[in-house]
Amino acid sequence: MVAELLQELLSPEAGKDLERLARLARDETRRWFGNSVSLYTPLYLANYCDNHCTYCGFSCNNDILRGKLSVAEIEAEFKAIAATGLEEILLLTGESREKSPPEYICEAVKLARSYFRTIGLEVYPLEVSEYADLHKAGADFVSVYQETYNRELYAKCHPDNTPKSDFDYRLGSQERALQAGMRGVSFGVLLGLNPDWRKDSLEAGLHAARIQRKFPHCEISFSVPRLRGSVATELTERELLQIMAAYRIAFPYAGINISTRERAHFRDNVIGIAANKISAGVRVTVGGHSGGQSKGDGQFALSDERSVEQIKSAILSKGLQCVYTDYVLCS
Amino acid sequence: MKDLLTIGGREFSSRFILGSGKFSLDMTRTVIERGGVEMATLALRRANSGTDSILDYMPDGITLLPNTSGARTAQEAVRIARLARELGCGDFIKVEVINDSKYLLPDNAETVKATEILAKDGFIVMPYMFPDLVSARAMANAGAAAIMPLGAPIGSNKGLLTRDFVQILVDEIDLPIIVDAGIGRPSQACEAMEMGVAAVMANTAVATARDVGAMAEAFKLAVQSGRLAYLAGLGRVLDCEGEASSPLTGFLED
Repeated sequence: MVAELLQELLSPEAGKDLERLARLARDETRRWFGNSVSLYTPLYLANYCDNHCTYCGFSCNNDILRGKLSVAEIEAEFKAIAATGLEEILLLTGESREKSPPEYICEAVKLARSYFRTIGLEVYPLEVSEYADLHKAGADFVSVYQETYNRELYAKCHPDNTPKSDFDYRLGSQERALQAGMRGVSFGVLLGLNPDWRKDSLEAGLHAARIQRKFPHCEISFSVPRLRGSVATELTERELLQIMAAYRIAFPYAGINISTRERAHFRDNVIGIAANKISAGVRVTVGGHSGGQSKGDGQFALSDERSVEQIKSAILSKGLQCVYTDYVLCS
Repeated sequence: MKDLLTIGGREFSSRFILGSGKFSLDMTRTVIERGGVEMATLALRRANSGTDSILDYMPDGITLLPNTSGARTAQEAVRIARLARELGCGDFIKVEVINDSKYLLPDNAETVKATEILAKDGFIVMPYMFPDLVSARAMANAGAAAIMPLGAPIGSNKGLLTRDFVQILVDEIDLPIIVDAGIGRPSQACEAMEMGVAAVMANTAVATARDVGAMAEAFKLAVQSGRLAYLAGLGRVLDCEGEASSPLTGFLED
C-alpha cells in the first residue's frame, strides 16, 4: 500500500499542487513531532577514499588535501562541538579501510561517548561484526546512502575495482547494522544523479519500508542530498520539497534530515513542514570545529554556514523548540 | 465528600494528566495552570539534557510522572526508571516499552516484567499498555498502581478506538484505569470519563491546538464534566424501539 501512496505523492501530477502536499506534510510533522526539531552536527574524521565516484569531491582521482584526525585532534573537535550545546554527533569518513579502518572509527566512537548522548555513523559499509563492535562502543545510528537504485547507472558512477562498485553489499548495509543491534538506519539517494529522481526516491522509500517491516523496532530516517552546480539534472527546490513532503506523508514516523547543501531560508522553512532534524555549525572539512586549520578539503560546498547559536535562534523564531537528544540510554 | 483520585497512596483532585512533549518548554506553566493539571508526564531525555531541562519549567507542587520512552525492553525501562529517580523525579514511573517504530504500540509482555521489577524496587508504577485484560491482570498482580490503556495509537488523535476493551478493564480491574493515548478532542476525553475511567491523559491534542492553553482548559472542563456524568449515573439508552406502555408481563396475576 505504501508503494502506491508514495508513487502517487512523488508523481508530477501531485507536484502540481505542492501547496496541498506541504500542508498535509506539515500536519503530519506536527502530529508526530510536535514542535520539536532535533539538532546535530557532522564531524569528518578523515577524507581518504579508495573510490572514484564520478560525482564526488572525495574521489581518489581528485587532487584535494587529504587528511585524518589524530585521537588528540578528535578530542579537541569533540570539546569544541560539545561546548556549543549539541548532544548528537554524526561521524564520517571516506571509504578507505586502510587509512580509516573500523578500529579507528571505533576509537572515535568510544571517545565521543564522553561528550555526546547520541552518536551516528556515516562511513563505508561494514560487516555485521564490525557494526556490532561500533554499537558496543556507543554508536546507535547508521547512514548509508545508496546514491541511486538504478543498477546500470550505479555501475557507471562507481567503476569496477573500487570498493563501492558492489551494489548489493551496499544495499544490505542497513540490514547488517540492525542485525548488529543498531537503533536506527538512514536511507537516501543522491538527487540529480539519476534523471528519473522520482523513481529513485520511490525506491529509497520502498527500501526503508522493507527494512522497517523486517525490524519493526528500528527507527528509519531519510536524507535528501541534492547535487548542486554542474550536474545534468539539478532538482529545483520545489521538487526537493515534494520529495520531503512525500516521505513525511507516507512515513509520518520517519526522521527527515535537511543538510547544509541547502540555503538557510529553505532549511528554516522546511523544518516547519517536513524535516524534523537539522544540522548546525557544520564544517565539511576534516576537522575545523576547534579553530585550527582543517586537515582535509570538504566533500561539497556549504550553502548554510550558520553557527549552532544562529540555527537555534532561527528555530525558536519559528515557534519551534530545539531538541538535543532523543535518547536516555546509550547502547 | 471530595471526589479524589488515589494512585499509590497519593491523592489528586485533577483527573486530567498532561503529557508534556510536543510543545515548547516555556509553555509548560501556562498549560498546567489552565488545565488544572496536578500530574504531568515527562520524557526523561528532556529532563537530563545538559542544555535545557524540562524540570526547570515545572511549577512547584506538580507530581512528575517520568516515562521510560525510548525503552525497547523491560531492562531498558528499568534503567531509565532508576535514572529518573536519581534525577529527583520522584517515585512515580510510567512504564513504556515500545518495539514498534511505526505505530508505537506497547509491548505488554515486557511491560509486565518491568512493572514487577520496579514495583519491588518501591516505584509507583503506571504501565502504558494495549488494553488486554489478561495483561492488565498480570500488571496488577505485578504491583502496578494504575493501568494506562491506549485509546488509539499514540499521537493519532483518533479517540476511543478501544472503547469496549477499556470498558472491560474498568469493570474487571480494581485499580485506576487511565486512558493514555489517542484522545484527540475534549469530547472524547469526556466520553472516556463517562465510562468510568479514573483519569485521562493527553498530549498531542493539546500540543497541536492553535491555542494550547485554551485547549488544556477545554480538556479540564471535559474531564470534569465526564466524571460528573459518571458519578450521576447515565440514563438508559434504548437501542431502537420505544418501550411499550403495556408490559409483556401484564398478564401475570401474582
